[in-house]
Amino acid sequence: MDNKFFFSHFGIQQRDLERYLAAALSAGGDYADLYFEYQTSTSLSMDESLVKSASQGISAGCGVRVLSGERTGYAYTDNLSPERMMHAAKTAALIASGPSKETVAAFQEKPARSLYPVALPSVDAEISSKVALLERADVAARRYDSRIKEVRVSYGDELRRILIVGSDGTLAEDSQPLARFNVGCIAKTETNSARGTSGGGGRVALEFFSDPISSPEHFASEAARQAILQLDAREAPAGEMEVVLGPGWPGVLLHEAIGHGLEADFNRKKTSAFAGLLGKRVASDKCTIVDNGTMPWRRGSLNFDDEGHPTQETVLIENGILKNYISDKLSSRLMGMPDTGNGRRESYEHIPMPRMTNTYMLAGQDNPDDIIRSVKRGMYAVNFGGGQVDITNGKFVFSASEAYLIEDGQITAPLRGATLIGNGPDVLTRVSMVGNDLRLDEGVGTCGKDGQSVPVGVGIPTIKVDRLTVGGTAKRDTGGYMQ
Amino acid sequence: MPETQSATPTSELTSDLRELAADVVRRAMATGASAAEAVVQEGDEFSTVVRLGEVETLKEAGSRALGVRVFFGQRTASTYTSDLSLEGIEKLVSSARDLAQITSEDPFAGLPDAGLLGQHKNELNLFYPDVYSLPGTERIDYARRAEKAALDYDPRIKNSEGGSFDASTSHRILVNSLGFLGEYRRSFCSLVSVPIVQSDNGAMQRDYWYHMSRSLKALESPEHIGKVAAQRALRRLGARKVKTAQVPVVFDPLVSRSILDHIFEGVNGDSIYRGASFLAGKLGEKVAGDNVTVIDDGTIVGGFGTSPFDGEGIPTRRTVVIENGVLTSYLLNSYTARKLKMETTANASRGLAGTPGIGPGNYFLQPGTKSPQEIIAGISEGLYVTEFLGHGANLVTGDYSRGAGGMWISGGQLAYPVEEITVGGNLKDMFFHITEIGSDLEFRGSVAAPTIRIDGLTVAGE
Repeated sequence: MDNKFFFSHFGIQQRDLERYLAAALSAGGDYADLYFEYQTSTSLSMDESLVKSASQGISAGCGVRVLSGERTGYAYTDNLSPERMMHAAKTAALIASGPSKETVAAFQEKPARSLYPVALPSVDAEISSKVALLERADVAARRYDSRIKEVRVSYGDELRRILIVGSDGTLAEDSQPLARFNVGCIAKTETNSARGTSGGGGRVALEFFSDPISSPEHFASEAARQAILQLDAREAPAGEMEVVLGPGWPGVLLHEAIGHGLEADFNRKKTSAFAGLLGKRVASDKCTIVDNGTMPWRRGSLNFDDEGHPTQETVLIENGILKNYISDKLSSRLMGMPDTGNGRRESYEHIPMPRMTNTYMLAGQDNPDDIIRSVKRGMYAVNFGGGQVDITNGKFVFSASEAYLIEDGQITAPLRGATLIGNGPDVLTRVSMVGNDLRLDEGVGTCGKDGQSVPVGVGIPTIKVDRLTVGGTAKRDTGGYMQ
Repeated sequence: MPETQSATPTSELTSDLRELAADVVRRAMATGASAAEAVVQEGDEFSTVVRLGEVETLKEAGSRALGVRVFFGQRTASTYTSDLSLEGIEKLVSSARDLAQITSEDPFAGLPDAGLLGQHKNELNLFYPDVYSLPGTERIDYARRAEKAALDYDPRIKNSEGGSFDASTSHRILVNSLGFLGEYRRSFCSLVSVPIVQSDNGAMQRDYWYHMSRSLKALESPEHIGKVAAQRALRRLGARKVKTAQVPVVFDPLVSRSILDHIFEGVNGDSIYRGASFLAGKLGEKVAGDNVTVIDDGTIVGGFGTSPFDGEGIPTRRTVVIENGVLTSYLLNSYTARKLKMETTANASRGLAGTPGIGPGNYFLQPGTKSPQEIIAGISEGLYVTEFLGHGANLVTGDYSRGAGGMWISGGQLAYPVEEITVGGNLKDMFFHITEIGSDLEFRGSVAAPTIRIDGLTVAGE
């Protein structure tokens, strides 16, 4: 066993791990695991062209989990001494009652993927190179247009080293880099102000930001462009209409409309609107949607999940038919279905549960221009803030931050931000056109569930939804673009 | 039924942590810093979820961490760590020094003026050890009872996401190189019940009710919480969409407080000095109707937003933000106060890392005199919002658009449940059209507002 990092840093040895797991199972649990985590992170931000804030941090600890039937006991400690580890193990063990019945199996490390083989993690890169990125973005945003008055740039990175061992012999070690760059701009005129944001990153090295498509200049000019555009945006219409979504980040539609609803824990408990719908039609036959944790370099990807199970590409919906839920160890066992490797947790302080990785719709056959042309009067939305869903009644929202009116097949006026709302189990049945231009987002997604945040990815090609409610303020039948 | 013990919350000796914080400040100064500040945070938590009568999860743990902020003249940086060993501390301090070298000189950066530092000495009733007084089995039983009361309430409630009971305590120490040493402890417990109701045609709805308190003694009974949760869930059965319309909208207290939150977003110093709020530059002007008075008070005894000193070591205070519709104060920390050539309002909020932000104390909209029933009775056709979905407020432009659910109001009565709609408008107008403010102000958190009615909004549906 080659767990160099935690051994050298904390003096943890195999026999210690066996001892902790045995203690965790001492009150009769079925399964126990230990999740060791050591995370270093950096964050920098620039405002008013000054690097005003720089911070770095280290956080380390271990979470001990015991499963007994449907029950989960959990304890964590930020002190990895044997005494504290044993205390945590015994605390977690209290979920069970009875004599110890399971023993710890021999550890077996499975062959692992290598989705983010970063030679020099960005946390260890020269800090001056990171400051340079901020400066470049600041200059580019201000240069874009004289109406850009405020520019805020931020950069954050982290390296998370983990070691997972389980009483069933699970042994997994990983080193997970993550970097993210963001630009926010405010444009002002005498009478008006507006804002725009753009960002990206992934499980990448600092060199990622040298590529023109993910450079500081790229994000800066995008944020500035959006802010300028919004200065002239008019009220969005209110009510149901045809909505065309652009490729990439608008894939948050899928994350909210079906993604959460397909997490196995909700379906096992029958609290999700998708419970009992396996094998049924939940989308038009043009829709095939997957959750894929195996994409190289992506923010939402992992070599294996936070329970040590390899990630995979799971087909959620195939030609409109619901095929699979995404699961974790507990859900898969209780539901008698394969573990899809989606058991994730925010940190060692948190209990894992089914979470998405990169969730996207496969490209279709339609030409994106034809999709726009097919709309008599509707909305074309290309950028969004976030969204939210009630998985029980299926209602979901996502908020458009850059959208346009479509009139007689033409993109006309830019619209002010509006929230779109729909019903997950049927919204995708109204997807009548799917473009050939699948794109993933640029690497900015964070998903929240039950108080736990994890990094995720989304993607979608251009699609048309025949009917979706737009939460604007203008009466729907006010026609034309007025000067 | 599992036999459980309540594991003793882990904690270090208080004096050790105070000494630790002071030591970190000394070490930072020894690296050549012109000023330094350390925060030590320690806490423990217990939480349990009971579902369909059985324990689903049981979690218990403690943690400690430390953060330092250093100034080298006009440059500043911060670091944090959970490694409180000597090596960990040395690394914490040297990293902060190294980081500070790459930041820019900012003439407004710095600790507060020494003369402003201090803390309230009166008893604020923030800490009650009784949150851990129940043995483990009884804590689990609280959660079970909160769920059971909902499940027993109506035969259409056969499922639930469970009842949960949480308890935690925290201990915070702030020390700086100007000689300030402050600390306080806080306790917290909460009970939530989340029932699921199903109609004959299989459609499901979910709702919840909860209570939180600093002491176990003051926590509402599990039976009451379960019952209210059940009533709220049942009320949603048969929810439908409605036609797009402009109608008066009434917001219940759970959602009206988020509208109040937007005022906070708009008046905090960070938004103001950057012009990232449409309220920037409007001090002394009317920004809302005459009936609107908004107050922030970090001194309320026992309050969820109360502390003896803010994130920079300045005694908290009561600030009138809006008085009878006139914007009378922004909410500031030292940095933004300097930027705006004003005085801090002691609203600095400091986590472990980074520069202090701005946070509310106990932040509320002053109540009116009408009951929620009277407000609803005054509307012939309108919407009563009981939940929001998603965000959707832009403080730069005032644009407002959020997913919503609730009840349609017809002839002054709550008529039928509504879902899959949005409420839209512009905050610049909305604050002037809060036509009714209810008498039902209650703190279920640190931000509170009564029932309110706003006119001029667009409800988007069919």
